[in-house]
Amino acid sequence: MTAAAARRKTLGVIAEFPSATTLYQAAEQVRDKGYRFWDVHSPFPIHGMNKAMGLRKSPLGYIIFCGGLIGFLTAASLEFIPSSFLYPLVVHGKPVNFFTVPAFFPIMFELTVLFSAFTAFFGVFVMNRLPRLHHPIFDYEAFRRVTDDAFFLIIEASDPRFSDTVTREFLEEIGGKDVTLLYEHD
Amino acid sequence: MAETHAPATVPFEERMPRPPMVLNNRSMSWITNLIAGIPEQKTPLWWYITIAITGSFAGFGVLCILYLLFTGVGVWGNNIPVGWAWDITNFVFWIGIGHAGTLISAILYLCRQKWRTSINRASEAMTLFAVICAAIYPGIHVGRVWMVWFMAPVPNPNWIWPNFRSPLLWDVFAVSTYFTVSVLFWFLGLVPDLATMRDRARSKVGKFCYGLLALGWRGGNRQWRHYEMAYLILAGLSTPLVLSVHSTVSFDFATSLIPGWHTTIFPPYFVAGAIFGGFAMVLTLMLPARSIYKLHDVFTWNHIDVMCKIILLTGSIVGYAYTMEFFVAFYGANPFERFAFINRYFGPYWWAAWSMFTCNVIIPQLFWVRAFRRNLLTVFFVCMCVNAGMWYERFVIIAVSLTRDFLPSSWGMYYPTWVDVMTFAGTFGIFTTFFLIFIRFFPMIAMSEVKTVLPEADPHYHPPATSGTEPIKEAHV
Repeated sequence: MTAAAARRKTLGVIAEFPSATTLYQAAEQVRDKGYRFWDVHSPFPIHGMNKAMGLRKSPLGYIIFCGGLIGFLTAASLEFIPSSFLYPLVVHGKPVNFFTVPAFFPIMFELTVLFSAFTAFFGVFVMNRLPRLHHPIFDYEAFRRVTDDAFFLIIEASDPRFSDTVTREFLEEIGGKDVTLLYEHD
Repeated sequence: MAETHAPATVPFEERMPRPPMVLNNRSMSWITNLIAGIPEQKTPLWWYITIAITGSFAGFGVLCILYLLFTGVGVWGNNIPVGWAWDITNFVFWIGIGHAGTLISAILYLCRQKWRTSINRASEAMTLFAVICAAIYPGIHVGRVWMVWFMAPVPNPNWIWPNFRSPLLWDVFAVSTYFTVSVLFWFLGLVPDLATMRDRARSKVGKFCYGLLALGWRGGNRQWRHYEMAYLILAGLSTPLVLSVHSTVSFDFATSLIPGWHTTIFPPYFVAGAIFGGFAMVLTLMLPARSIYKLHDVFTWNHIDVMCKIILLTGSIVGYAYTMEFFVAFYGANPFERFAFINRYFGPYWWAAWSMFTCNVIIPQLFWVRAFRRNLLTVFFVCMCVNAGMWYERFVIIAVSLTRDFLPSSWGMYYPTWVDVMTFAGTFGIFTTFFLIFIRFFPMIAMSEVKTVLPEADPHYHPPATSGTEPIKEAHV
């Protein structure tokens, strides 16, 4: 470690793993050690990794349900307020009260889907704290291959159990290659 | 042939192993290099030539539309009684093509059909471009295009609101929702691959553009967790959506009283026809791309084979609908309905109806034969027939039904004008131009998804003890 590097703030420690299988097994061990602020990075979602990391199911579904509900209510108001209250107009001989509702189903359905889809799309980026233009990890040159065929495990320095030496040795012990400390870019 | 009668104790999976999704044991970086390499390479000459041709068609189509807008709908062949002719025919044709993309990306995803990963990106892009072409027509066919805002759910100057009970307004909501959701679904799927493009980009422009579009994606599992949930739910939302869109399109006809339109069979019949025509268009676009960019290991014959089977299935559903419609016209004892169907097949437009029947029902039956499903020429030929046949289907239903309705005194023939023809050719130009731009600048196969179907993507995978480097030949079982 150079003198300049020593003055910089440590962000965490990164280790590369050769395959999805080894990354999965490493994640189980990191989980069992009790680390909290860490993540695995892979070119594709690894099946069962949530369990290996001890993560619960994404709560996005509940948020999307709320979005869909708002869409449904929007459609219902958009249809009933003008057709029943603002300008009740008898067309096709159909009623202007609640019993016209079958003819309103298609738009209710479409807006429910539309609002749910927007919630899903924006929800996934809000939950992931994206978009962001830069992240310190992009300064680590080898990390470029994470979108190609490389698998990484990162334990952040903000983790209460993090230690420059112990965490590093631990990652080497569980099969991590090129275990490297990441520093804040200056 | 004693080996074929293996003892029952051997599991089925071992007796008949699934053909691999990616042939020749390709590695992850091989896939990345192949697919990301396409937008990275120097623009090939054929691309310039093709886009010059399609761009000219698109430009001429736009000129035709401007001519229409400045002159009036009289430049088209539309008349009374045929008030809806090529405009709505082409609208339904294009929107139907889009449906295959959503079927592949959403319904096959929910059904865990892993082979979809090789074709979903391009099909979704095709959906978007087809819906753009479709959306042109309702906008321009209204005649007074400055009144097109009447389609929006806002009151007019007399404070009268649009009729929310009208299938035409349902259609506006259905098509615009469909387009928006398709864009969101497509872009969400594209983000991890744009991150790949960003990480590989060498030029400053490439780094900037792909970097901006990738939104800072890092591929962490804490990100994938939400991403996968969003993707699953979007697939779940798109599935009923795609079925609803073409059902709503069919309501435009089914809720009217015109003989030949007024039938309850329309929603499922239209949806099956849309998927049928869309798969043919996916193959029409992807077979040349596969040959040009040597995608054979990722987009294998097994993919083409199953797509042909879907064409065969949906084509047979369409054939069933045609014959059942004819039967119901006979059995329903409605003289106008009966006349409409006799007129459809034996009237002045008999050639359109028989073209439709031949192209959509008879020719796809070739796909019962395995050799025809695995021959580029026959597959391409059948797909071209289906593309034409599905256009004829919409023409036969929409225009031919209108030429002869209840009163013989109001009958009339329909003839397209050169503006009709060139506008339609123009939409093909717009469609192919967009598609060419797409394959030039974006990864046309979902790399991150293809990697998930590799055997080593399974966290419980252990490499076989025997040498795994031996290339696996395509299984001919």
